[in-house]
Amino acid sequence: MSYKAHFRVWRGNAAGGELRDYDVEVNEGEVVLDVIHRLQATTAPDLAVRWNCKAGKCGSCSAEVNGRPRLMCMTRMSVFTEAETVTVTPMRAFPVVRDLVTDVSFNYATARDVPAFVPPAGLAAGEYRMRQQDVERSQEFRKCIECFLCQNVCHVIRDHEENKPVFAGPRFLMRIAELDMHPLDAAAEQGLDRQRTAQETHGLGYCNITKCCTEVCPEHIKITDNALIPLKERVVDRRYDPLVWLGSKIRRRRD
Amino acid sequence: MTEAEHHTYDVVVVGAGGAGLRAAIEARSQGMRTAVICKSLFGKAHTVMAEGGIAASMGNVNAGDNWQVHFRDTMRGGKFLNHWRMAELHAREAPDRVWELETWGALFDRTKDGRISQRNFGGHEYPRLAHVGDRTGLELIRTLQQRVVALQQQDAEEYGDPEARLRVFQECTVTRVLKDGQRVGGVFGYARESGRFFVVSAPAVVLATGGIGKSYRVTSNSWEYTGDGHALALLAGAALVNMEFVQFHPTGMVWPPSVKGILVTESVRGDGGVLRNSENRRFMFDYVPDVFRKHYAQTEQEADGWYTDPDRHRRPPELLPRDEVARAINAEVKAGRGSPHGGVFLDVSTRMSAQEIVRRLPSMHHQFKELADVDITAEPMEVGPTCHYVMGGVDVDPDTAAAVGVPGLYAAGEVAGGMHGSNRLGGNSLSDLLVFGRRAGLHAARYAAALGPDRPAVPAQQVETAAAEALRPFSAEDSPGENPYGVHQELQQTMNDLVGIIRREEEMRQALERLSALRCRAGRAGVEGHRQFNPGWHLALDLRNMLLVSECVARAALERTESRGGHTRDDHPEMARSWRGVNLLCTLDDVAQEPEPGIRLTRRQNPPMRSDLLALFEREELGKYYTDEELAP
Ligand SMILES: Cc1cc2nc3c(=O)[nH]c(=O)nc-3n(C[C@H](O)[C@H](O)[C@H](O)COP(=O)(O)OP(=O)(O)OC[C@H]3O[C@@H](n4cnc5c(N)ncnc54)[C@H](O)[C@@H]3O)c2cc1C
Ligand code: SF4
Ligand code: SF4
Ligand code: FES
Repeated sequence: MSYKAHFRVWRGNAAGGELRDYDVEVNEGEVVLDVIHRLQATTAPDLAVRWNCKAGKCGSCSAEVNGRPRLMCMTRMSVFTEAETVTVTPMRAFPVVRDLVTDVSFNYATARDVPAFVPPAGLAAGEYRMRQQDVERSQEFRKCIECFLCQNVCHVIRDHEENKPVFAGPRFLMRIAELDMHPLDAAAEQGLDRQRTAQETHGLGYCNITKCCTEVCPEHIKITDNALIPLKERVVDRRYDPLVWLGSKIRRRRD
Repeated sequence: MTEAEHHTYDVVVVGAGGAGLRAAIEARSQGMRTAVICKSLFGKAHTVMAEGGIAASMGNVNAGDNWQVHFRDTMRGGKFLNHWRMAELHAREAPDRVWELETWGALFDRTKDGRISQRNFGGHEYPRLAHVGDRTGLELIRTLQQRVVALQQQDAEEYGDPEARLRVFQECTVTRVLKDGQRVGGVFGYARESGRFFVVSAPAVVLATGGIGKSYRVTSNSWEYTGDGHALALLAGAALVNMEFVQFHPTGMVWPPSVKGILVTESVRGDGGVLRNSENRRFMFDYVPDVFRKHYAQTEQEADGWYTDPDRHRRPPELLPRDEVARAINAEVKAGRGSPHGGVFLDVSTRMSAQEIVRRLPSMHHQFKELADVDITAEPMEVGPTCHYVMGGVDVDPDTAAAVGVPGLYAAGEVAGGMHGSNRLGGNSLSDLLVFGRRAGLHAARYAAALGPDRPAVPAQQVETAAAEALRPFSAEDSPGENPYGVHQELQQTMNDLVGIIRREEEMRQALERLSALRCRAGRAGVEGHRQFNPGWHLALDLRNMLLVSECVARAALERTESRGGHTRDDHPEMARSWRGVNLLCTLDDVAQEPEPGIRLTRRQNPPMRSDLLALFEREELGKYYTDEELAP
């Protein structure tokens, strides 16, 4: 049942590094993270890796396995042949801290730039009423486990450090869409125009809907179809006819 | 002099799970400059894994629900060992804490009339768990995280600095609570990324570090659960209460080995899933204990009727409290009626349409498909008990969450003890985090504010000692030193085999011997490399905590010669009324006598319940738990 697999793991830090070769035991049913842990417990005790839940729920263990951005804890070894070399490298869009651990602070800084939910005036806690079908759209986006794989893969920032200050990335554009579609968000009443800020501050225009983000999302969120495109459409609609937008917003609130 | 980065705050919260974040939000809202320290990235604490829901008697689905009923269920679930005042506060305040989350942007699943939907769960009389599919913990943590961000946005506007009054130090581990005489003065720790030391001076420290599951081999818990807060409290002079009570969740995955222990949410049973043995028998009907007989169905027909018409049917026995179900599964497997991989069958595939299953239990569907090649819409799951939650924790004052005997120290969430008695009901943890997280933050803030200029200092000597302790693994005497991973694996095996779900005196004595040997070996643990993000080093330091906590569990479990909730003795199988009123407290014998201080065990009487609360129960029921003297008018 068990066999020796050949792994190549990137070892190094901000100053540089290299792929190192390891032969390591693999047992039935294991995932890549199990194998990384076995390396730690045997030949490479100081191999740095982030993980937490080992159940695909926390989004800590993102890395690139044979060049594909994935959660290590949800990548079964059975998807590789026994003879195949498995290469594990850190996410490319973020600066390396050490080995498989990257500096993802860009994402936390960006999260802080998206204005928070604005509670509706005149509704006390406990008085919120929303229909299931109206919360479902935003709920889909709230499945996000912040693994940042979509951020990692998006070509706008993957190899373009210079775009980071002007482009929030799919995860956070989706966050804006989520708030914009929240049935009770009162941003507009406060004079905050989420769609305009998506376009003007967070770089929605850079997105050319390649859908790479959607493809890598471990939560299978339809980031492009359900968040980014509708957000773009709304921005466009409004440009032509602000009243259409205002009307739809009001209607949504009433039903 | 040790090099350590120094910071000064009013309140420092150790832990960024539900309890820690709620505490920090409260302390900051009270105007205190607040720091939050956590081991993993912000938003990834263990709370993120909670699935089923958060218990609060909002009465949205069944209007018969109210806080008194919730209180009653909680006490029953804990077999009346709970601190009644904590259970009362929890039941009263949980609805407000849930509703508040909506004002911060949370989106729970809805009822037809647009309110928060609530689902059934083991031990809860009415549908009570607010939920978002089966990812409720994610919603909770994300909402609190986004609330923290919202407060930081306010500060950015007001002070030009988002971290002016609330700052998160992520990927930092606290290894010591520092004290100035009797009072708390701050914390010492290291940044995981750089390995550099830091000191945060603060007169009030809130521990919100979660649980201890990583001392067991089969567990649903993540690497963070090394009992740090429990150990930090002990080392700071506080007591741990009820440590013998460890909850084994009845349904963890059993196959393949690498995922053994990962949780299968109780919602599977709440939504209609049934347990069967290899003979295809719904065996839970054979395991309804006397104290619960009145409330549970006796035939399959009656049980099945309950899902649609709960007023005229009794509940299915699959929904008994967790300790009962876990023991039953254990017994079936022992009797040779288990599934191929040593569990039992949990089946929803014959109970709901495939579509319904995918809609109601999306994560479970995903989890089994991805990790075990099992399609739960077409075949049963194999499940078995897994170490899940520790009821024991820091001995706190119920109203203020202040650790008894250590001014300035607070504890909330899983790291605090008392609330759940001998067994926690599902859903009662998330609500506990919010209710007592808020209280801890509030009272820590008040305490810090009231001190005025009379603030404790951080003695340099303690910082030196803490730094030396943290560096020791790099200078293991007989190099190469013990492999910390090896010591950890043996510790897990010891606790799993000898202080697990079913306990015996001899085995626990053996466990204590092994623990003491392991402690010596842990003292020699050595690591290679340098301090920058070095997991071997981190584990070597965590061993101290796991060993201390494991010893508390083993000692208390050996002392309690009865079976109750999350403590089952093969050699004392009965619940003894004389033990109900007894709390076991663990303290460090002589804190100064490091590095090998002994654990001292003392008994304390559980305070008597207020009479209006006692009156919520029928005397007949109380008679099963309370001694005659206790009930004498
Ligand atoms: C799989 C699973 C499902 C669950 N489902 C439910 C459910 O449906 N309903 C329910 O009510 N309960 C559920 N529970 C239980 C519940 O999730 C936990 O009890 C609860 O989340 C604990 O929260 P907490 O705030 O106490 O700690 P946590 O969320 O675990 O947070 C602990 C924090 O402390 C930090 N920390 C720890 N040690 C240190 C240190 N030394 N230095 C610095 N920081 C430190 C950690 O980094 C982390 O941020 C579930 C548990 C599991 C494992
Ligand atoms: S769809 Fe847009 S956001 Fe997603 S990867 Fe492509 S360009 Fe980036
Ligand atoms: S949207 Fe998907 S890929 Fe992006 S961070 Fe969230 S979970 Fe990860
Ligand atoms: S460890 Fe949590 S997602 Fe992989």
